[in-house]
Amino acid sequence: MSKPGLYMDGVSVVFDGFRALNNLSLIVDPGELRAIIGPNGAGKTTMMDVITGKTRPTAGTVRFGDADLTRMDEARIANLGIGRKFQKPTVFDALTVFENLELALKAPRDPWSCLRWALGGESRKRIETVMEEIGLSARAGDPAAILSHGQRQWLEIGMLLMQDPDLLLVDEPVAGMTDQETEHTAALLRRIAGQRSVVVVEHDLEFVRALNSKVTVLHEGTMLSEGSIDTVQNDPRVIEVYLGR
Amino acid sequence: MSATTAPTGTTRGIPARQLLRGAILIAILLLALLPLLNHLPADSAFRVSDFTVAVTGKWICYAVLALAIDLAWGYAGILSLGHGAFFALGGYAMGMHLMRLIGPRGVYGHPVLPDFMVFLGYRELPWYWLGFDHFPYAILMAMLVPGLLAFVVGYLSFRSRITGVYFSIITQAMTYALMLAFFRNDMGFGGNNGFTDFKELLGVPLNTQAARAGLFYAALALLAGSLVLCRHLVGTKLGRVLVAVRDAESRVRFLGYSVTAFKLTVFVLSAVLAGLAGALYVPLVGIINPGEFAPGNSIEAVIWVAVGGRGTLIGALLGAFSVNALKTWLTSVAPDLWLFVLGGLFVAVTVFLPRGLIGLFRRATK
Repeated sequence: MSKPGLYMDGVSVVFDGFRALNNLSLIVDPGELRAIIGPNGAGKTTMMDVITGKTRPTAGTVRFGDADLTRMDEARIANLGIGRKFQKPTVFDALTVFENLELALKAPRDPWSCLRWALGGESRKRIETVMEEIGLSARAGDPAAILSHGQRQWLEIGMLLMQDPDLLLVDEPVAGMTDQETEHTAALLRRIAGQRSVVVVEHDLEFVRALNSKVTVLHEGTMLSEGSIDTVQNDPRVIEVYLGR
Repeated sequence: MSATTAPTGTTRGIPARQLLRGAILIAILLLALLPLLNHLPADSAFRVSDFTVAVTGKWICYAVLALAIDLAWGYAGILSLGHGAFFALGGYAMGMHLMRLIGPRGVYGHPVLPDFMVFLGYRELPWYWLGFDHFPYAILMAMLVPGLLAFVVGYLSFRSRITGVYFSIITQAMTYALMLAFFRNDMGFGGNNGFTDFKELLGVPLNTQAARAGLFYAALALLAGSLVLCRHLVGTKLGRVLVAVRDAESRVRFLGYSVTAFKLTVFVLSAVLAGLAGALYVPLVGIINPGEFAPGNSIEAVIWVAVGGRGTLIGALLGAFSVNALKTWLTSVAPDLWLFVLGGLFVAVTVFLPRGLIGLFRRATK
């Protein structure tokens, strides 16, 4: 079975007369790694909100495989296999690192199943593997509240890995990370793309270069340019609105 | 690995935890002794009065209500300011049963109709009174009616993502509306007089030591059972999802959980517990009237939980007992002061003791 791809066509979002997205079209192939860049207010976060069901588009089509995302709520979209990492790391402070990952683990999501849930050996192993991967094995029993900013970013990435999504939306993953952590993150994202599609929104052009992927430039809610990082960096329109500032 | 225990980061300070557990066990045993001490001869120094047994039994019912509120508020972040309504509905269900048991012993001597219905000119029992002559049916209704109301109010609110203070206001309005409705004579629930003058329950005359002891132990069993149930619940993955909803609701949605379903589950369960507490409360105090729906009652119950320390379950019990003990004492020595003290207590706890008495205890034993 082939994995689904993301298809957006003619998507507009209007808030009180302000066009946050303006006739945006975007196709992300199964297994593709895609970077999205653009100045503040270009519509990057709104685009993620539309894909994940947080915002309903005013017009346009958003499909993931055969599923019409404009008709579903956040939980259903998440269960379709779309995971999202927020710009500001959002983890559950009162829960431990282990428990945060356990909640994200792919498993039945209804209250009754959660009541009867028992952690099996295989699940425990998966959680331990991911903790290893995100470098938080030693912190398994610590509440997320006492983690550093970078560690919280990693924990949230770990939660996405637990969800095992087919499409991963990552909003500014390296904000607040050291150079070494940034490099590590780029390597991780490159590695997990291929088995799944990954869309990364980022300001840091060095990081985008390290991703070595196709780049889409957004401006005023619509696509301005698309291609390799060198192509878009040399596109005169892009230079005018974004890079040349 | 200790990673799968305690959802609220309370795993540290294990000696304090065991100390607390021991203290609770001793407290429950001491409570269980009260009805026995009631049987001592009147001149014994250890004799416990009928009044003490009845009042303590009442507090135990309040403690169950506090536990129910803490489950929804402390764990899932749902602050209901209308839990008194679920408590009162459970109480009314039991009250209807007690009224039916009076039978022909009423003042008017009607074989079926309660006095107030005869007085108001009812010809026959309204349909919603049918079945209440059976005890199991009344208990079922004491759970079902609050549960159903919580389901409807919860579903409409949670689905529309009404949270925080807006939800609290809705629940206040709910209990206020019910109070006004139950005040009306033509509702068929005795209007502002409510129900009283109960004779017996399960064949035992109510105004006897045996009945008081039986009700006391029933309440204590309900409290212990509810505590065990809630403890178990918050220790499961369901409990951890609730804590996650409390701390970052939208993140939970993006993980694929239906927040509405989880909130609804805990809110309905909480309402059912409150209903059962109300059902035991009514035979203990011997009366139920629309005053039980007063918005202030629900707020007071939330203050018990805040004083004890929310999100701990034990704190809810501690708060219910200590605030009510204070209330019983203060309203006998200086009744006018009570509301000021209650308000002051809430402000003081919010400002100085955000984790309540339990937080104080944890700090002291660290």
